[in-house]
Amino acid sequence: MSFLSARRTGRRVSRRFTGRDLAVLGVLLGIPVLLDIAIVWGPTLASVVLSFTSWDGIGDITWVGTRNYENLFTNYPQFWPAARHNLLWLAFLGMVAAPFGLLLAVLIDRGARFSRFYQSTLYMPVVLSLAVVGFIAQLVFSRDQGALNAVIGDTDSPTDWLGDPDLNIWMVLLAAAWRHTGYVMILYLAGLKAVDPSLKEAAAIDGAGEAQTFFRIVFPTLRPVNVIVGVITVIESLRAFDIVYAVNHGRNGLELLSVLVTDNIIGEASRIGFGSAIAVVLLAVSLGFVVTYLVQELRGEKNR
Amino acid sequence: MSRRSLLRGTAVGAGAVTLPSLLAACGSGPGGDGKTITMGSNSSDPVPKKAFADAFSAYEAQSGGRKVEVNTVDHNTFQENINRYLQGKPDDVFMWFAGYRMQFFAEKGLLYDISDNWQEYKGFSAALKAQSSGSDGKQYLTPYYYYPWAVFHRKSLFADRGYQAPKTLDEYVALAKQMKKDKLDPIAFCDKDGWPAMGTFDYINMRTNGYEFHKSLMAGEAAWTDKRVREVFDTWRRLLPYCQQGANGRTWQEAATSLQKKEAGMAVFGLPHPGQQFPEGEQSDLDFFPFPVINPEHGQDAVEAPIDGFLLAKKSKSLKNDKTLESAKDLLKWLATGKAEDIYLKSDPNNIAVSDQADISAYTPIQKKAVELVSGAKQISQFLDRDTRPDFSSTVMIPAIQKFISNPNDVDGLVNDIERQKKTIFAAD
Repeated sequence: MSFLSARRTGRRVSRRFTGRDLAVLGVLLGIPVLLDIAIVWGPTLASVVLSFTSWDGIGDITWVGTRNYENLFTNYPQFWPAARHNLLWLAFLGMVAAPFGLLLAVLIDRGARFSRFYQSTLYMPVVLSLAVVGFIAQLVFSRDQGALNAVIGDTDSPTDWLGDPDLNIWMVLLAAAWRHTGYVMILYLAGLKAVDPSLKEAAAIDGAGEAQTFFRIVFPTLRPVNVIVGVITVIESLRAFDIVYAVNHGRNGLELLSVLVTDNIIGEASRIGFGSAIAVVLLAVSLGFVVTYLVQELRGEKNR
Repeated sequence: MSRRSLLRGTAVGAGAVTLPSLLAACGSGPGGDGKTITMGSNSSDPVPKKAFADAFSAYEAQSGGRKVEVNTVDHNTFQENINRYLQGKPDDVFMWFAGYRMQFFAEKGLLYDISDNWQEYKGFSAALKAQSSGSDGKQYLTPYYYYPWAVFHRKSLFADRGYQAPKTLDEYVALAKQMKKDKLDPIAFCDKDGWPAMGTFDYINMRTNGYEFHKSLMAGEAAWTDKRVREVFDTWRRLLPYCQQGANGRTWQEAATSLQKKEAGMAVFGLPHPGQQFPEGEQSDLDFFPFPVINPEHGQDAVEAPIDGFLLAKKSKSLKNDKTLESAKDLLKWLATGKAEDIYLKSDPNNIAVSDQADISAYTPIQKKAVELVSGAKQISQFLDRDTRPDFSSTVMIPAIQKFISNPNDVDGLVNDIERQKKTIFAAD
């Protein structure tokens, strides 16, 4: 007996995993993998497949080849504006809101007067859902009863901030940036706090000016934060939906790809195939950004 | 943890997830008790919700032990989920709209044929029957109330300034011109929600080209590039300078409020819209006239009056039980009486009954006038979005009309756009 058990112990040490360990591991890994396939990859693949079919949600699913895509690119007036608006959203948040957030973070970090007050005020919108920001934007920008027109005394021929298709996207972008700036600011503030003060001192001793210190010393050490800000900006821009939906259901100048997807899929007599095709386009655009980002990151790792 | 206990745990976990739904499925039983009728309601607003509750409890009181169990869902959610709802586990009876929007589901086999009920219904006009019938000629809907569309205005404003209700388009334009001189916005106008301007489109179209053309246009038969459609947009363009500017940024509530505040002189609306925005004391000041004549050949024959009603869901499990089916049909028969409609309208005076047996003596003057308008109509249209495929109206027509409002000059481009998209959508099946 003792001989047997000794042998068994020996084997256990040499194999490290028993059959039972493997089974437990298999189940524990298997469940998340299955869940991932079932609720992430499954629907994704289903959308891709459905985008080549025509289906109203009730009747038969018929194969139509690439007709949905041809239709989308040539015969759907809302598509190109929506694609443009998504890119505009990305550009605006990335090149205006994010740098502005950085600027605010730097100012607050340098200890301007009442900086705690500014910090909390600027951060406040971040706790609001974008849908709520949309409702607030309506209170401010509405043509007849909005605060903005009342403040600037524009009553004879008031500007239709949210109804004019050339204007409203900018107003909504302002509202979205209002929230995004605070978000970015907090991230950079955390990053700035982590910058080693001795680096700045060293730079000062070497005779670097304020600007030089910032751009040569501080900003490069913020690289991890920059990456995070980049990622959330891309995500925020591509998933933008709630604010325009709250304002006017994403129509008349506020089209976004995400809105077109829901417009076509949700509701009676849905055009599920056509909506899926739009979703696939959105997926392709997102993948474009994800892949670029991953490639950059992996290269960066190697060079370091 | 051993593998066995882990597996056992997983099995218990899976059971915990599936068991309640199994239990729920058993609990309601395959056929119900034959006396309880479930009702899917989209009346989530407080006024209609209470009015329907009154009507159902009146039914229960006289039904000899039958019960109506109401499941209320937010109006928009109900509308957006109707596909899945009717295919899944719908209630026995549900509230929905007449016309094309009903026919669509009838064609898909999701509704019970209630033609036998209709043989007993009294007090319904032929136009009502037509709107309650599927394309196969069978009836599927029990209509309950409707709300006509017209040009609304304030009596006191018209009296003060000596305005006369116009009869023809030229008089309408002349009146609008006069209002503009008097520093009013002649026509309150809004389309932020995407649908309110459709009423104006429908009326201009039916007055210019008649109800039959409206029907074939909505059914996808007539072409949008037809010169008759261009004529509609041309007439509309003539009216736009007198409409409130910035319509795409204005909700119907805001437009109705400007009518109420006497900042605007007139507005094309359905009866409940200004009705809900006018305070109690000013309700009696609200008045309307039918949309003016454009082409004498069609006069004011057609009235736009969306109909709401009740239908039986084919997929409802408990309707498989004959007793429940009988109860549900009994409920519909009761709801089809003038008396049942009276009970509802007592709490919700912004609509009018469909039955000519309803007691109109309790109506407000404007309701009485609305009854006259509808009963004098040669044809009753539903609203644009109820007279055509919903995917066409929401993904094509809403953006198209909003585009027309912000840029009314490119009618050719607009109708070509609509026609091209219409072809792909109507060809989808």
